[in-house]
Amino acid sequence: MDTISLAFFAIAFLIIVSSLMVVSSKNIFHSAVFLILALFGVAGIFVLLEAPLLAAAQVLIYVGAISILLIFAVMLTARIADGTVRHTNEQVPTGLVISLGLLAVMLYSIWETPFAINGAPVADGSGKKLGELFLTQFALPFEIVSVLLLAALIAALVIAKKDGPIRGRNPVGSSEEPRLKKSETITR
Amino acid sequence: MFELDKLVQAIGRLIESAVTALGLGPTWVTIIQLAIATVVVVAFASLLVLFFVWWERKISARIQLRLGPMRVGWHGILQTIADAVKLLQKEDITPAAVDRGVYFWAPIVVFVAALAVYVTVPFGRGLIVSDLNIGVLYILAITTFTVIGLLMAGWSSNNKYSLLGGFRSAAQVVSYEVPMALAVLGVVMFAQSLSTVTIVAHQEKFYQWYVWRQPIGFLIFFVAATAECNRTPFDLPEADSEIVAGYSTEYSGMKFAMFFLAEFLSMFGASSVATILFFGGWHGPFLPSWIWFLIKTLVGVFILMWLRWTYPRLRVDQLMGFAWKFLLPLGFLNLIVTGFILLLVK
Amino acid sequence: MVSQFAAVAIFLVIGVGFVLFTFLLSKLIRPSAPNPVKLSTYECGESPVGSGWIQFNVRFYIFCLIFVIFDVEVVFLFPWAMVFQSLGMFAFVEMLVFIAILMFGLFYAWRKGLLRWY
Repeated sequence: MDTISLAFFAIAFLIIVSSLMVVSSKNIFHSAVFLILALFGVAGIFVLLEAPLLAAAQVLIYVGAISILLIFAVMLTARIADGTVRHTNEQVPTGLVISLGLLAVMLYSIWETPFAINGAPVADGSGKKLGELFLTQFALPFEIVSVLLLAALIAALVIAKKDGPIRGRNPVGSSEEPRLKKSETITR
Repeated sequence: MFELDKLVQAIGRLIESAVTALGLGPTWVTIIQLAIATVVVVAFASLLVLFFVWWERKISARIQLRLGPMRVGWHGILQTIADAVKLLQKEDITPAAVDRGVYFWAPIVVFVAALAVYVTVPFGRGLIVSDLNIGVLYILAITTFTVIGLLMAGWSSNNKYSLLGGFRSAAQVVSYEVPMALAVLGVVMFAQSLSTVTIVAHQEKFYQWYVWRQPIGFLIFFVAATAECNRTPFDLPEADSEIVAGYSTEYSGMKFAMFFLAEFLSMFGASSVATILFFGGWHGPFLPSWIWFLIKTLVGVFILMWLRWTYPRLRVDQLMGFAWKFLLPLGFLNLIVTGFILLLVK
Repeated sequence: MVSQFAAVAIFLVIGVGFVLFTFLLSKLIRPSAPNPVKLSTYECGESPVGSGWIQFNVRFYIFCLIFVIFDVEVVFLFPWAMVFQSLGMFAFVEMLVFIAILMFGLFYAWRKGLLRWY
């Protein structure tokens, strides 16, 4: 087995194990950390596919931004971030059946698809060809992407602002800690 | 004279012949060559960090009109080694309430993310571990990884100060990422390539340095890099007088040392990247290339340390406002003006 | 090209190994004498009040949100920066439109007071 296949299997193993830990971990923060590991593994797969720009984009965006957003979202739900989420899962058999069925369907479709294996290496992977395509052939989708991003930004900001105290509630320099009742203090 | 690239190539060939003599294939040759190169770079970076710790203490002392370490070795130069030995044998107090797994791995993530920048830094002519074709983009991506480590440290410590420090640090690093990327983009527009070696190759002569063509870009990069390294005036997340030690409050012994070392590593990394992007990398007359690179990078680190003991700390709202309301629009303006001028010149 | 990144993998592995090695070294050398006071959470010498987790302000989340959008934008800017010189004015104007649309988003956030920390 040549090194690329070896690397592929190692990274695939990492991704699968991390993903399993994401869904089975009792602690949300642990799940988040394993998700980060899984996303990093995906970046590794992109590298093996000779698309280093995508790998860098994956790390930059998914690991560097979206994971942090996820962790902040976990922190916002302070009562839940008490360490553990009570996982009462009474539907394990049904879940198992459905996931295995889905797995079977996906494996079957992957097996039956005639993937065209093109031996020629793609461009140089650093983005020059991609840039050219963006700006010439795919100019319209490129601009639509920016509109999409704008829509996502404004929508998310509207939702976040509705919930959170932005103006007027917290004066400058006030502490972020909640008011504690006497019963909540811990004596050691 | 004294160019190291011939030596490095000779060692590479030596390794190759030794490994093939053992009967292993070409992939093993590459792996072992890379492993040895990595060990050399890691060792070099560690030694440099030891030097920086002493240097910072000396610089801060002189700026504050005192002497700093003077006893251990000549002018205290062995002080860091003494400190390292001390830290090694300090008790590692892991509070009972921490989340052990995440607590253990947080300093490792922060340290390795700071270290991983050096894969694609050309220390001299032909002295680079691996010239990635997405060089600077890789560097930007890896620096975002440190934020995860900081959040892990803050969260797992189960301590309000750590949590707050971790959050603030994450918010700060994240806010200054985009201006830094925009400054780098300005240089990429000139060099038409992301590879660090190519960018350095375009700056052979003194007048070809990108700092002359992108002065604003350089300033943006320098300010953003200072914020990324959590250095004063952007060191609120570690401000001793405000939140104890921020995310590293509950860490002691070698784990604390790792956070500490990671900060110096990222300082050196940021300075190296600034040298590569704006100051011609290892180019320079007479002296060997790696000496020039060291000189330029050390000047950058010196300026970073100098800033620490000169300026007061920014408040968190000033910090964030500055990044989003000033640096970011300025970065975009820089990009647009650069693009415009480049097109007109053509 | 993939072999270039083998260096990254090796670097990461050796980096982690280096840190683990120093931890191991420290573990062999250092003393271990835990007692309840040492093991308690640090709060400037007082007994900790309240649980270790606090409810923090939503502004962290908002800044990170804005960052995600601009991060994606920056990733799009990199391929452009590399080729725009060879593609002339049209590419430049295209990117100008791209940036302008997203600057509008930043402007919206600014005007709505979402970029204020307090």
